[in-house]
Amino acid sequence: MSRFLRTVLALAWKDILLELRSRDMVVSVLLFGFLVILVFNFALKPTPRQVPQLAPAILWVSFVFAGTLMVERAFVREREQGGLEGLLLTPVSRDAIFLGKAFTSFLFMLMVEGVLLALLALLLNFSPFSVILLATLFLATLGFATVGTLFSAMAVQTRAREVMLPVLFFPIILPVLVGAVEVTSRALAGEGAAAAGRWLPLIGVFDALFLVICPWAFGAVMEE
Amino acid sequence: MSEHTSDAAIWVKGLSKSFGHGPVLRGLDLVVTWGESLAMFGANGAGKTTLLRILATQARPDAGTVMVAGCQLSRQAAAARGRVGVVAHGGLLYDDLTCLENLVFYGRLYGLPDVHTRGLAVLERLALKDQAGRRVRTLSHGQQKRLAIARAILHNPRLLLLDEAESGLDSESLAVLRTVVAEWTTPERAVMMTTHNRELGHAWATRTVELSGGRLQPAARPALDTAR
Amino acid sequence: MGYLRQQGLGQGLVALGGLLMLVNLYLVFLVAPTDAVLGDVQRVFYFHVPLAVLSFLAFFFVFIASLGFLARRTPAWDHLAHAAGEVGVVLVTLALLTGVIWARPVWGVWWTWEPRLTTTLILWLIYVAYLMVRAYAPNPARGAVYAAVVGVVGFVDVPIVYYSVQWWRSIHPSPVVGPLAEAGALEPVMLAILLFSLLTFLVLFLHLLLLRASLHRVEAWVKEQDPRGSPAPFPAN
Repeated sequence: MSRFLRTVLALAWKDILLELRSRDMVVSVLLFGFLVILVFNFALKPTPRQVPQLAPAILWVSFVFAGTLMVERAFVREREQGGLEGLLLTPVSRDAIFLGKAFTSFLFMLMVEGVLLALLALLLNFSPFSVILLATLFLATLGFATVGTLFSAMAVQTRAREVMLPVLFFPIILPVLVGAVEVTSRALAGEGAAAAGRWLPLIGVFDALFLVICPWAFGAVMEE
Repeated sequence: MSEHTSDAAIWVKGLSKSFGHGPVLRGLDLVVTWGESLAMFGANGAGKTTLLRILATQARPDAGTVMVAGCQLSRQAAAARGRVGVVAHGGLLYDDLTCLENLVFYGRLYGLPDVHTRGLAVLERLALKDQAGRRVRTLSHGQQKRLAIARAILHNPRLLLLDEAESGLDSESLAVLRTVVAEWTTPERAVMMTTHNRELGHAWATRTVELSGGRLQPAARPALDTAR
Repeated sequence: MGYLRQQGLGQGLVALGGLLMLVNLYLVFLVAPTDAVLGDVQRVFYFHVPLAVLSFLAFFFVFIASLGFLARRTPAWDHLAHAAGEVGVVLVTLALLTGVIWARPVWGVWWTWEPRLTTTLILWLIYVAYLMVRAYAPNPARGAVYAAVVGVVGFVDVPIVYYSVQWWRSIHPSPVVGPLAEAGALEPVMLAILLFSLLTFLVLFLHLLLLRASLHRVEAWVKEQDPRGSPAPFPAN
């Protein structure tokens, strides 16, 4: 395994270990996501006929909000404990630090999304078992984690950090959101592989582009 | 670059830095040779921490050349980081990991072999061996600061940068810090420390400077200096 | 470029721009034929299109200048990017407003999720965020770096946003189909006036851009002065 990859994994493992010890990210974000779902259910009162239309929307809105909270917490904690500064003092490349952080956010987000999907499927009585749906979860979350990690690193150093992150994040990931909702609704309607349409490739392009750009930009954001 | 400049622990020429509200460092020059320990005084906001952060590659200069441990920062920043140990204001440690876990983690990032053994050895050096398995969150302030020093010397850097490392330390920890500084004032190594405590600075360091007006001047010795 | 030369150029642009705009207004309101279907409201089109096109040009400038700044870190790139961002936000705001002014009498609605209007709205959001991040950064030097990152990331995202909104709208068409999307039904006279309007706004754009950029340069120079010492001479070149 190359040195770079080992470093990224060491960084990710550190975050996972910290999370296992303090449990302050996954559980709280999961709870928040569930509350968002509840709020939507009460506000929209979906009838069984409306479920195919509304379920994807509720799902992805709660994912976006939960995801935003997740990346924000990832950096707030680092900053509080001075961990990020310590990392920057080591010879480790900024790319590796970025990828380590983005990878852990990605993993944690997937876990939260998995649970929220199961809960919503229970509440609204639909079957979440679709390969395309899972592929969408994977690709869209990758995009959220990549862009979210970069903007969170930036926002955490600004004055209005809770506002700054959504203001930066939401407009940029809108295409991913739109695409994810479309594919999800088609997948839930049972369209199989055709549900992917042009959307999954678009999200794939988004991910590929930002996986290249964001690590580079992270270096500029980190130094004073 | 002549042999002379690449031989210095720190070689800075014409360093300028501004954050957009007026220059903090203005064309600053500094040479620290191997074997020196330098104490830097200066008022709050004079730019001591800024200078230190630039030397630690945390901040980027607006103008000037900076060479640290023979590496030119604009090109070889990562190599420089491997040769420098920093004790800064923040803890730089993870509260929910144990002392040893913190050191093992950083040791891996520095690419050190036998991280466990080294971690334990450094903890012993800093009188923290009994705390090896305790989480940082549970340590006293003095112990946390000693762990920060342990982290800084873990990879055996040639140059040590200390930003007010002595502040808030109890007498036991202060004594340990003094031995570390003395250990780094050997021909192959160097130390640069910023401090508000002029007495301490003059006692511990081989040379003292004052940062004011964005530049360095030699520091005045304190009036009651009868021991020399 | 040198400050004095910039002044001269600026004044030249003001004169030219003013003249062009007078001619443009005359052409748009008195010469252009009234649209058979839409009536006089259609004249908004001669403003809406140049505003939208030039806002896009402005954001392209932001992209290039942001890349330049991140690569070279010279303040000039930052001043240019900042100016382009400000002018771009003004232009895109006006583009949105003229879009709304069109929509109400023509379609009976204030807003429609038509692809171009929607993309314009998202552009507006991205570049407002660009300006916000400068304002909320811990210091101006950091603000310049953060903004440059947003300038690059935002622009790269624009084509993706455009396509996704297009495809989304084709699946969920809005109740009205917009003549904004059509380029076909233009008489030669209308096209000529549209191009002239585009030229007029281009001159206006360049003037505002240079003005804001030089203002940022002066502001930066002022902030850099030591309040206790004597001021350094303003760089003549």
